[in-house]
Amino acid sequence: MSATYEPVIVGFLCNWCSYRAADLAGTARLHYAPNMRPIRVMCSGRVEPDLVLKAFREGADGVLIAGCHPGECHYIEGNLKALRRYVLLKRLIRQLGIEPERLQLVWASASEGTVLAEAVNRMTEQLRALGPLRWRQTVLGGDGHPAAAAGAPKAEAVATPMTEEA
Amino acid sequence: MQRYDGVAEEETIMSERVGVYICHCGTNIAGMVDVAEVTRWAGELPDVAIARDYKFMCSSLGQDLIEKDIKELGLTRVVVAACSPHMHEKTFRGAAQRAGLNPFLVEMANIRELDAWATDDKGAATQKAKALINGAIQRVLLHEPLEMITVTINPNTLIVGGGIAGITAALELANAGYHVYLVEREPSIGGHMAQLDKTFPTLDCAACILTPRMVDVGQHPNITLLAYSEVEAVEGYVGNFTVTVRKKASYVNEELCTGCGICEEKCPKKVVDQVFEAGIGTRKAIYRPFPQAVPKYPVIDRENCIYFQKGKCKACQIFCPTNAIDFEQQDKIIQFEVGNIIVATGYDPFDATRIPHYGFGRLPNVITSVQFERMVNASGPTGGRIVMKDGNPPKSVGIIHCVGSRDENYNEYCSRVCCMYSLKFAHLVRERLPDAEVYNFYIDIRASGKRYEEFYHRVMMEGTNMIRGRVAEVTDVARTADEEGKLIIQVYDTLFGEQRRIPVDMVILSVGVQPRKDARQVAQLFGLGCDFAGFFTERHPKLDPLLTMVEGIYIAGACQGPMAIPETVAQGAGAAARVAGMIGRGTVVMEPIKAFIDPEKCSGCRICNNLCPYKAIVYHEDRKISEVISALCQGCGTCVAACPSAAITGAHFTHRQLMAQVEGILWDVRQAMEVSV
Repeated sequence: MSATYEPVIVGFLCNWCSYRAADLAGTARLHYAPNMRPIRVMCSGRVEPDLVLKAFREGADGVLIAGCHPGECHYIEGNLKALRRYVLLKRLIRQLGIEPERLQLVWASASEGTVLAEAVNRMTEQLRALGPLRWRQTVLGGDGHPAAAAGAPKAEAVATPMTEEA
Repeated sequence: MQRYDGVAEEETIMSERVGVYICHCGTNIAGMVDVAEVTRWAGELPDVAIARDYKFMCSSLGQDLIEKDIKELGLTRVVVAACSPHMHEKTFRGAAQRAGLNPFLVEMANIRELDAWATDDKGAATQKAKALINGAIQRVLLHEPLEMITVTINPNTLIVGGGIAGITAALELANAGYHVYLVEREPSIGGHMAQLDKTFPTLDCAACILTPRMVDVGQHPNITLLAYSEVEAVEGYVGNFTVTVRKKASYVNEELCTGCGICEEKCPKKVVDQVFEAGIGTRKAIYRPFPQAVPKYPVIDRENCIYFQKGKCKACQIFCPTNAIDFEQQDKIIQFEVGNIIVATGYDPFDATRIPHYGFGRLPNVITSVQFERMVNASGPTGGRIVMKDGNPPKSVGIIHCVGSRDENYNEYCSRVCCMYSLKFAHLVRERLPDAEVYNFYIDIRASGKRYEEFYHRVMMEGTNMIRGRVAEVTDVARTADEEGKLIIQVYDTLFGEQRRIPVDMVILSVGVQPRKDARQVAQLFGLGCDFAGFFTERHPKLDPLLTMVEGIYIAGACQGPMAIPETVAQGAGAAARVAGMIGRGTVVMEPIKAFIDPEKCSGCRICNNLCPYKAIVYHEDRKISEVISALCQGCGTCVAACPSAAITGAHFTHRQLMAQVEGILWDVRQAMEVSV
């Protein structure tokens, strides 16, 4: 990564509310940070921890899960399942040495393009401040091999200045 | 580009031939994304047989291009990078199907709404487009051909709400020969329209035009009217909903009751009627909201009935000539099957007590517009006389517009009907009390309907005082002798540019239209979306205003947003037409996005059983495994995400497909990471 570090966020957007919120943000020409790369899922309840960890491992600096507001889920309460997983998953990533801010959950209804756009902007700024994730060192250890994980740098090390070459 | 390790690798057949189509959408995409560069780049990716860009992929020429390539180049997968799949996924699936390719082997990358339109950074937009396209390619490689599911449509329809929207929809469908269940919460259908006196701008008598329709509903052989009932549960999906309705105990046996009304006469308990008479009239503890009620059967209000409260009375039972009073009656639970549902639950008037400085509930002669409708109605509590609390007619009346509307403290939106009914009030006051002064306090006059503007002019010509400005306060604290004993309306007149104090005898607050108090619960019951205020959201605000996000469930009337009677009727009829179209077709195709449990992998842990919001997963005790009932599964994928044995597959959103999409979408950062480590 170079001095022009731009965080990359993978966004899991539910088909009914948040993806439509993102569509609306675009239709209304709300310009927001282009750092979020969306993946459509039918429901935020579909987002399994595997997918989130996969995104981090593939180089994402953050993962955003977006669903319908509680009580408005197209599938009645899939978003509440997502919320439960999210809380646990945040604990898990902390134990892996990943700052909890790198995983965020937002509720955005189909009419709330601005809510989604603001969430992406806010998260992008937070990740800029945190710097790149560098999964290989953070989680796998210095040489990128899982065996070295015990000696992996702690979370603080991640927040080193972003100009520093890995 | 290198291939990554992971689930996708060994099973991806290298012989897949992907066609990638990048749409310019005029300049909508091409203005921000370097489509030429993206096309060049995509053409060099492994598995990609052809990458093309075109001005409008959705045009017939664009679709032809794809169809020709599928046939001539033997494409096995297609990626279209264009707009939102909600816009054109159907279009491109159709193109694939025409060329003999299974429509589910097409994937869209949304580079318009989610990319080109959402940024002004060309470099970032182009990079993001590549990421989204690569995600789509990696995903589509693992797609499986799927078949749409055909479902038959039950020809019966549920209509929720017996206001003018529900009545119209019910009659349209019933007259077309289809059976309708009309569920109404109150003891009678009619809704808000039944409370009104005259309707703007034609000044038709509301009851005269409404009650014949109510009678038609009550007598129609194709309509099952379930009044004093509420929907408790809705299960199933388009074409096949199972509805559970609670018919509240009315303590009147409908088979014996003739609707003669003697019970109402004899009941000794008077109750202030907060619903139909809006608090200015009374009814009995056994009552029909109004004499023309449909159905004609009265109900006993248990809270106020002397027998239910004190154990003595039974006057109604004693006097009933047909012995129809049944104090032992219980709520009845009714279940039936329908194919489509129309939700027409209407609105609540804004609660004027929320604006204390207008004095409603505190100052005696401040009334709401709903109360005025009842007062001016010949069948209302005053017999149509406009009177103050002391029984005398007012000499001057102030009508305050936009109460609770166009106000960021309450509702930001315009309620759309208040201007016109306020002008109607001005006319009615002058008609009944020719000597009275009438003042209308408005912010803007919105008279945009058919013959509305003409009515506005007419009312002005009649000598109504129009004062432009939002009223600051209504007070009874007099400053001068003229103001003694009056209600003083304090307003900044924006045309005069000065503060004014107008003393009047009576103030009418033109309250706005709000979502029903329980709109969010109702939304949840039917799986609908609500906007910020709580009005139900339509599938598309312009092109699909009646269907909701749930196939088979339609909305009509003011539950969707403030609207006047003509639009409400149009929506009711429109929703009925949509439903009739569905019934006429007989079947509907549904996306085969369903979950499936591999019996070989299922460990029988039963975690998924309780997760499913549709109770679509059953556990087979004998085989110790769970199974998804396909007809009930809605395809949310919550069970897929939760299965610890990865035994559940969510069609079209499989674990492998999503993992591959994550890999694909992060191709560039992954590459950068490999270089840097």
